[in-house]
Amino acid sequence: MSNQNRTMFGGRIDRGQVINFVFNGKNYKGFHGDTLASALLANDVHLVGRSFKYHRARGILTAGSEEPNAIVQLGLGARTEPNMRATEIELYEGLEAASQNCWPSVNYDVGSLNNILSSIFPAGFYYKTFKWPPSLWLFYEHFIRKAAGLGYSPTAKNPDRYEQKFYYCDLTIVGGGISGLLSALAAGRSGCSVLLIDENPELGGYLLDYNFSINEKDGLKWIKNIVDELYSMDNVRILKRTTAMGYYDYNYLTALQKVTNHCDQLSKTTPRERYWRVRSKKIVLAQGAFERPLVFADNDRPGIMMASAGKKYLSRYGVLPGKSVVLFTNNDHAYQTAFEFNDKGAKISVIDTRENIDIRIQNKCDDLGIKLYSSSSIISTSGNKKVNQIEVQKVDRKQNELSGECITLDVDCILMSGGWNPAVQLFSQSRGKLKYDKVLNTFVPDKLIQDQIIIGCNNGCFDLSKNLNHSYQEGLNAAKDLNYEVAHNINWKGEEEISFTESSVEPYMFGKKKVTKGSKHFIDFQNDVTAADIFLAQREGYISVEHTKRYTTTGMGTDQGKTSNVNALALMSHIHEKPVDEIGHTTFRPPFSPQTFGAIAGRSVDHLFDPERRTSIHKWHEENNAVFEDVGQWKRPYYFPKKNENIHDAVKRECLAVRNSLGMLDASTLGKIDLRGPDTAKFLNMIYTNAWSKLEIGSCRYGLMCNEHGMIFDDGVTTRLGDDHYHMTTTTGGAARVMSWLEEFLQTEWLDMKVFCTSVTEQWTVLSISGPNSRKFLQELTDIDLSKENFPFMKFREGKVCGIDSRVFRISFTGELSFEVNVPSRYGRFVWEQFMHHGKKYNITPYGTETMHVLRAEKGFIIVGQDTDGSVTPMDMNMDWIVSKKKQDFLGKRSFTRSDTLRSDRKKFVGLLVNDKKTVLPEGSHIVEKALKQPPMKMLGHVTSSYYSPILGHPIALAMIKNGMNLLGEKVEIPLMNGKVIEATISDTVFYDKEGNKNNE
Amino acid sequence: MFVIKCPYCGERDQTEFACHGEAHIARPDNPAEVSDEEWGEYLFFRNNPKGIHFERWTHDHGCRRWFNVMRDTVSDKIIRTYKMGDQKPGVQDV
Repeated sequence: MSNQNRTMFGGRIDRGQVINFVFNGKNYKGFHGDTLASALLANDVHLVGRSFKYHRARGILTAGSEEPNAIVQLGLGARTEPNMRATEIELYEGLEAASQNCWPSVNYDVGSLNNILSSIFPAGFYYKTFKWPPSLWLFYEHFIRKAAGLGYSPTAKNPDRYEQKFYYCDLTIVGGGISGLLSALAAGRSGCSVLLIDENPELGGYLLDYNFSINEKDGLKWIKNIVDELYSMDNVRILKRTTAMGYYDYNYLTALQKVTNHCDQLSKTTPRERYWRVRSKKIVLAQGAFERPLVFADNDRPGIMMASAGKKYLSRYGVLPGKSVVLFTNNDHAYQTAFEFNDKGAKISVIDTRENIDIRIQNKCDDLGIKLYSSSSIISTSGNKKVNQIEVQKVDRKQNELSGECITLDVDCILMSGGWNPAVQLFSQSRGKLKYDKVLNTFVPDKLIQDQIIIGCNNGCFDLSKNLNHSYQEGLNAAKDLNYEVAHNINWKGEEEISFTESSVEPYMFGKKKVTKGSKHFIDFQNDVTAADIFLAQREGYISVEHTKRYTTTGMGTDQGKTSNVNALALMSHIHEKPVDEIGHTTFRPPFSPQTFGAIAGRSVDHLFDPERRTSIHKWHEENNAVFEDVGQWKRPYYFPKKNENIHDAVKRECLAVRNSLGMLDASTLGKIDLRGPDTAKFLNMIYTNAWSKLEIGSCRYGLMCNEHGMIFDDGVTTRLGDDHYHMTTTTGGAARVMSWLEEFLQTEWLDMKVFCTSVTEQWTVLSISGPNSRKFLQELTDIDLSKENFPFMKFREGKVCGIDSRVFRISFTGELSFEVNVPSRYGRFVWEQFMHHGKKYNITPYGTETMHVLRAEKGFIIVGQDTDGSVTPMDMNMDWIVSKKKQDFLGKRSFTRSDTLRSDRKKFVGLLVNDKKTVLPEGSHIVEKALKQPPMKMLGHVTSSYYSPILGHPIALAMIKNGMNLLGEKVEIPLMNGKVIEATISDTVFYDKEGNKNNE
Repeated sequence: MFVIKCPYCGERDQTEFACHGEAHIARPDNPAEVSDEEWGEYLFFRNNPKGIHFERWTHDHGCRRWFNVMRDTVSDKIIRTYKMGDQKPGVQDV
């Protein structure tokens, strides 16, 4: 039997389009326009999931985004999504969904044993039980997580595309109910650019499910006309299936649009979801309200749902969730649901907590033969997988308890209504202040902080005519504020069958009665928080709302307490006998609903996650088998393996080629800054630790930069190209940082200095050729005189190289005779290939960053950021020689005389040679005086750089060691992770060519 | 997320900017002459007021200029932005 709960007629579903879907492995049919929840109810499936902690049978509580119970695992494979609300999932052909948090099945769930044992699982159970001994938490955690999990994440890569959109407009309206529609209409007619956002697939809000009239005409027709008019306006943009998630400062709003989630065929060209980042001049909040559950014994069984949800299933989807129904209410509004159920053939009785019920309602119940129990309450429910019986008792108002005879009723569905809570989540996120309304028994907006408007039920007003007129008027006011010519005002008259008028809600708590043992009064359905848990939290001293929330977990989870918060606060108020105002409320934070990481990431995934920078020679590197290394955003060749070579073979070959003949490095990623202006020398004197005033045109100088704490933060060679013209180089990773550093001081401290900085990193390709044959080789390709006499070390020349105008610097990072040839980037690959071609007779060898590191370490040249870590002064690196004693001032100088930088036991930069002559120490290894079986040991320092040196035939390392310069020749020990202890001897930092003759040849 | 009025480019989203902490902390003219304590004050000590705060920002993804911002740390309202070297606004300017 299929769709046995479907009415013969009615609803806004398309009965001509049958849709097949699968739930928990079983095939079902629904109609186009159904949600998964409505289709399940139509097929008489009420048991949808198991609860979080007690594994209790749970059904469908609501019909919207506030759903705490009916959360399912949707889809299969890479597209599977956990914790999806069945009440929001639009049915599509082939949809597959399954219950969560149950094993082996939702019908026979082993975990439901927790329910029987629930007396040992009160609030705080996990905190209390698994705290000791601390070391065992990791062991417990594995099982707890498994038992208390919700759905599971896909393990495969997400196949879908997600987009982001930035949007700017005059007015953003959140909520496409009647209030939002009218504001949009007023602002739209006045010419404002309007963005209207609604989370549902259809505009119109809750009124779509109710009987109402506007100006004495059919309401639904009237809504359609407004929607049509809005769609016809060019200045109005409407986003359906779009949830406003976050409301931040300066009217910045984020919204998640589900673009193709409801389609059975996912498009390759259309994104699955689109994340909107909206900045608007004004924001109108018109999100309406959520119905509030009533708290009574075992109020969580499948078959128990909100009255408004019941109404929606019946009116919108043509689904009658029960035949023998009871309405449990404390207000008039819910009676519409009872009348509608009665009209559609259900047998319904009403239990109303109030003593005085509007006589017209009483009469109508009498006329329709609806049994009305006034001043009564449900005191128990039964039914294992679906509610089948309830007990009802009178409320004794004087004693504030339940008394009298228990009446038993057989039911298959309970509709409950405890009043309405305005959906203040976004308002609260926007820093809006709330106040407690004693008539509505809930929190309503009070003080607006941002340039915003809040209207309709969202504003705590439930009178239709008032809302219509206020909403339209506010739309006009917004247009006027934004200087638009305002459209005519219109007066509307709206009438509902029964209005949620202000006088008709009664605050109802189950009373100080003796609760039936074994029953649970749920406050928070999703987190399995009961009234008893709230009581316990108060007894144990968790009295602040924030503490109660965290101790009991009420208001947490994927629904963030949309149905539970106000009841929890009301109960706390009841326990402390204090007004709810004084209890306060917790803070709402984004997102309003769960949202996917895919949408937040948008297109910033895979290779678009971070920009990739490539040198002009990159393609050549790729074609020649380079293995790449990421240096900042740059891709740099790490090494160039030949057939069957591993990294060690390749680096050894590359190193020896440089030392014995000729190597070439693509050094284009080096930061390069062009400095001009009459004050440049003066500026460099302040930026670098050494003196720059006497640097001649055509000369290069190495410089260290320190921050104001006196710590090294970058280094490089700067060359004087002309009178007021310098070329600065920086480390690859530090280029942007140095540029900002220079600008900071020029723009904020020394505004009178005339210096202009331009980044030219990408304008020049740098080919660094190094090795004893580099002069002989380069001379064949250039008109510059490279002779030792005419082009000494640390000089700069301009001329043609391979016919290209070039800048050549005679500087060296390898200790060998070297030239850095800078050519305009567009010629980079050409010159590189010419070098490779002409260099064959010298066995020219391209090398990568690893070889570069080995060669510089053999010479003891530092790498800022590897050998230094931001806590190291030039003196710590034994670089006193580069710190000017004569200069009055430069950045960092004053800090060199701070007591901490003067400490004599600071770590110093030293070399380290392993005594076994073969172990390459792991970088970062700790160095100790004497290795013990276990910590603590006396720490001396750590290894900063470590390699095997091919030219020396043994490993070398650089290290920072306490008081290291006074320990040269001393033995230290390095305990490794594998338990071995390596002995090493402290040495100076230059391992090769100690005299430094090679680069002067 | 703020909208910040760059004194050179006009109103832009906060994503284009970076904040660099408290403004109007001048580097001592002659650091050699200040005491350790004064130098420490310049290096390490910053105000963290509840209310009006002056801070330095850069329009990194725009003109790359530095400027000052007068901001209320309670409401997060930016009261004024002004160029480097301009007079520090007084509370009476609020």
